[in-house]
Amino acid sequence: MLASEREQLKSEINEMAKKFNHHRSGLIPVLQHVQNVSRHISPEAMQDIALAFDIHPVEVQGVVSFYSFLSTEKKGKFIIRLCRTITCDMAGKDAVARQLENELDIEFGETTEDGMFTLEFTNCLGMCDQGPAMLVNDDIHTKVTPDKVVDIIESYRKRFGANVIQGEHA
Amino acid sequence: MEKNVKNPKIGADRAPASSVAASVEVAKNQDELGAMVAVTIDGNEIKVPFGTTILDAAKKLNIKIPTLCHHEDLKVAGVCRVCVVEVENQRTLQAACAYPITSPMNIKTYSSKVRKARRHNLDLMLKHHVGECYSCFRNNNCELQSLAKEYGVDSYRFGHDTEPHHEVDKSSYSVVRDMNKCIHCRRCVRTCIDLQEVGVLEAVNRGPDLDIATFDDMPLGEVVCINCGQCINRCPVGALRANDPSDEIWEAIDNPEKHVVIQTAPSPRAAIGECFGLPAGTSVTRQLNTAMKRCGFDKVFDTNFTADLTIMEEATELLIRLKKALVDKDANVALPQFTSCSPGWVKYLEHFYPEYTDNLSSCKSPQQMFGALIKTWYAQEAGIDPKNIVSVALMPCSAKKFECNRPEMQDSGYKDVDYGLTSRELAQMIQEAGLDLPNLPHTDFDDPIGEATGAGLIFGATGGVMEAALRTAVEIVTGIKTENVFENLDIIPIRGFEGVKYMEIKVPAAGPVPEILSKALGGAKDFSFLKDAVLKVAVAHGTANAKKVMEDIKAGGKFSECHFIEFMACPGGCLGGGGQPIPTSPEIRKARTQAIYDEEKTLYSRKSHENPTVDRIYGKFLTEGPCGHKSHKLLHTHYVKRGKKIV
Amino acid sequence: MSKSNKNLIVFSEIDIEKALKNALQKSRPDIINEVRDSGLKGRGGAGFPTGIKWNLAASAQGDCKFVICNADEGEPGTFKDRVLLTDYAQQLAAGMVLAGYAIGAKEGIIYLRAEYTYLKADLEKTLEDLRAKNILGENICGKQGFNFDIHIHMGSGAYICGEETALIESLEGQRGEPRNRPPFPVTVGYLGCPTSVNNVETFITALHIVEKGAKWFKTHGTEKSTGTKLFSVSGDCENPGVYEFPMGITIEELLNQVGGQDAKAVQVGGASGNCIPRHQFSKTIAYEDVATGGSIIVFGPHRDMLQVAINFMEFFCDESCGQCTPCRIGTETILEGLDMIEDGCCSVKYLRELVSLGETMQLSSKCGLGQSAPNAFLSIVEHFKSELFDDSFRR
Repeated sequence: MLASEREQLKSEINEMAKKFNHHRSGLIPVLQHVQNVSRHISPEAMQDIALAFDIHPVEVQGVVSFYSFLSTEKKGKFIIRLCRTITCDMAGKDAVARQLENELDIEFGETTEDGMFTLEFTNCLGMCDQGPAMLVNDDIHTKVTPDKVVDIIESYRKRFGANVIQGEHA
Repeated sequence: MEKNVKNPKIGADRAPASSVAASVEVAKNQDELGAMVAVTIDGNEIKVPFGTTILDAAKKLNIKIPTLCHHEDLKVAGVCRVCVVEVENQRTLQAACAYPITSPMNIKTYSSKVRKARRHNLDLMLKHHVGECYSCFRNNNCELQSLAKEYGVDSYRFGHDTEPHHEVDKSSYSVVRDMNKCIHCRRCVRTCIDLQEVGVLEAVNRGPDLDIATFDDMPLGEVVCINCGQCINRCPVGALRANDPSDEIWEAIDNPEKHVVIQTAPSPRAAIGECFGLPAGTSVTRQLNTAMKRCGFDKVFDTNFTADLTIMEEATELLIRLKKALVDKDANVALPQFTSCSPGWVKYLEHFYPEYTDNLSSCKSPQQMFGALIKTWYAQEAGIDPKNIVSVALMPCSAKKFECNRPEMQDSGYKDVDYGLTSRELAQMIQEAGLDLPNLPHTDFDDPIGEATGAGLIFGATGGVMEAALRTAVEIVTGIKTENVFENLDIIPIRGFEGVKYMEIKVPAAGPVPEILSKALGGAKDFSFLKDAVLKVAVAHGTANAKKVMEDIKAGGKFSECHFIEFMACPGGCLGGGGQPIPTSPEIRKARTQAIYDEEKTLYSRKSHENPTVDRIYGKFLTEGPCGHKSHKLLHTHYVKRGKKIV
Repeated sequence: MSKSNKNLIVFSEIDIEKALKNALQKSRPDIINEVRDSGLKGRGGAGFPTGIKWNLAASAQGDCKFVICNADEGEPGTFKDRVLLTDYAQQLAAGMVLAGYAIGAKEGIIYLRAEYTYLKADLEKTLEDLRAKNILGENICGKQGFNFDIHIHMGSGAYICGEETALIESLEGQRGEPRNRPPFPVTVGYLGCPTSVNNVETFITALHIVEKGAKWFKTHGTEKSTGTKLFSVSGDCENPGVYEFPMGITIEELLNQVGGQDAKAVQVGGASGNCIPRHQFSKTIAYEDVATGGSIIVFGPHRDMLQVAINFMEFFCDESCGQCTPCRIGTETILEGLDMIEDGCCSVKYLRELVSLGETMQLSSKCGLGQSAPNAFLSIVEHFKSELFDDSFRR
């Protein structure tokens, strides 16, 4: 991360923390914001966040590592989260998973070289009546078939450069 | 969003579950709080105050409920699930350590359900507890091992890892972390975050991937760890230990060319007996001297001598600062002056309050003063080449290992102290030598240093440094015998286990400046500049309490008006140090403290300036007196503004 | 609601403004009594009587109190709250206002799971509309001195935060690790204040109960399990979706309605629930028989129950907070055992040991997640043991 980027992020962190009166109840909203704008929460950011809330950096890390939507590793612009829980599994998530890997040429847990897509499994998305289901960032896709996978991916590729996530730096 | 919340506490309340578990309140029936509740435990009835935990109620009946994550010094966690008991009409078992009794109940502590659950939970912990007991330093002093024996574990029902899954972190001079043995009871986390508020260790990840980690998985030697070792004292297994130098020390002892001296701090002698089955609070000073001689140390010295010397230097330093402030009207003089004997505290300040390093007394700790003198003055007097001297320090402390490795600590021209050795490690050496410590004959300390005063001895207890300093300072400044100011020389308000202690002393008279201090005080004739002044002092032990005082100082509160503050990193002071025998508890620390105050009464003097060796060293070696040029070279140091940034 | 479920009882249209105005004319104890008399139990799954919970929160002392809507719907096979959050958001908010009035809270929080972020914008808009209508804000519906507002707090991806004390920890910026109970949130909850945490469906149901009366509600369901309940039905059936059925419905009846007649087993209550085999389909869904938060997963005749057990146990391994021993290591140990069965190298003796371990997890885990994590495994072993060891069933 560039020094100027860190400074920019730091001022956003401090501003948000101030809104919460620097009370720890604001920690997770701040983490979510940082995750959104920089696609991960770096050690530097964790330290700045710890300062903003007067807690220890390792406590911030404890929180980040607890939640599956927060990460210390940099994710792709689009995080594809395929539901692996029982009904989606029964509805054919394995075939969808295989095709996602094939189309993106990465395995689950990995990010494409161009930094566009990260492939992850997730637990129940609450779309059990319409499985297999997956999230691409905040968008829900249901009744996904191996055949549809490529079109979904392409639709996001085309959005590249558009306003993907507001306030995104990188 | 906080508009409905009054006074949101900034940064406070960070302890999760545990913070509220300890205090149960039933608001609708406040009057029940003082009420007694009848419970039946294993058929025995007892009345306990409303809110008492099942564990404490059982203790009152002498019913032992096994625990593992529970520790008297720490907030309740309720995570190991070893203390589970059956409560009538409850669907599930309850953790005795966490369950408050608020209504009459019938409890079974060893029913078949309970025994089965405990055994299973032990089996599960043993699954990932890598290593064999006989190759562990906690062998025979391991809570998991004891429980496994009590519950008849004769096989690993759910398997047992034999391959390590973590690299052992040996990066720190003080603390070694072997997470292969960790059972995730989180006592270290609660020690580090809640008890000490240092915040180096925390649980990360979740589920089976849960780990106890440092920030960004950095080596312990590179994070803000202050080396206090309180986590070691509270680890139920062998996942945390001190960095043990005993092999190197044996090697030096075995080397005929090496002259191996050991200095012994006041606290180990009051605690090491615990490693030999003696009750806490049994002082074994002279048996210990014999043991060390028999182990092969060439000389056994008393660190209390340099504690006395510290008082001379530190009290002089304080008087210099006070004179600068009051007479010279120097606005830049840093007050209050902070003690610097506790290397854990020093590093804590360097990390968390680096802007206050000027307030730290520039005096080295007694250990390091001794180290510098052994390889200069003692070497000279004894006619030994300092390069052949191996200087060992027996300490109650794990941070002393870091301290002796600080690059600043080489003023003798050599590494002033070669090894810091903890009470536990020396106990191990004594056992290895086959010595029965409690029954050894008595031996005195070696010349040329010999005995120290009681003032040096009480350095081991919280408030001790302040008390020793006041005994000398009051007498010097007022010209009145301290015992005529404080009855029996006991300065009670700064003793005891209150987290922060505060005291004011009005200076009743001004005595003449003793010749030995005349130069340091710029030729002042008497202490009239302090007459009628109100000397304000404070004492804090445990870094969480230190933090309270420092925050108050930052905010310009009452402690900012203090003149002198004693800080000790460990709860209870050195007696509760991270190198002391395991276990630790408030009762154990109390007993050790009592042992020190009892022994102090038997000594020939209880004031540092009455120590004849102190006189002698200023007469012959440190001839410019306290805070003179040579003192500054050998006995004083400087600090590093470390800051808390890691990345 | 599923299109095939046309006769809605509770989840019908309601004029929330009128309903709230009526309710706010009643005293707080009257409202709590109405809810208590209705016998309504928490619809998230734990089944704690809502009226008692509100009463405890109402009588607890505290300067500030909170109403929290648990919208962290993460139980596998459950999606009714998603539907409610989409189509019944106004009723939900009104139910929270009602709860706020009943317990004396000024602030409500919707803890919305991260996976439902796409619902957030609409929910925000709903809240804004309600503010414009004075259903949220100050002197609500003209009731002088009654102020209440709601904001949304997003989860960050942790099933355990559906456990109410973990949810509160999460709101406070902590790892979502359940607390020791007691004290319960109704006395020591969010920021140490008395807090009532209720499920989405519970708030809406309570709103209807206060409007239509406890008696009306009790005409449905059984004596111990009153009223109707929403069911999220998925798996091997013709018409998956959300259904409203009266409590006490038999599994067989339910399967007939959703087109799952040929099921060989039904998982009632999601991953933390129980697997009911065909020969027990006459059992009823009710707190006194087979309890559930509403998840119904249908397994057709061809399903490999070992794979089902593995999938559920993987879920718990992934979602255990890791705090207590039985859950952290127990889930993993049972999963390893299931893998051994799959590989054909598990002795029956060891399987029995694992069953015994599962019972220990049920008894000695710190929270509901750990206590229920082995349920699916235990019930599948109980009813499908021979199938587990039958190689021919594997592909």
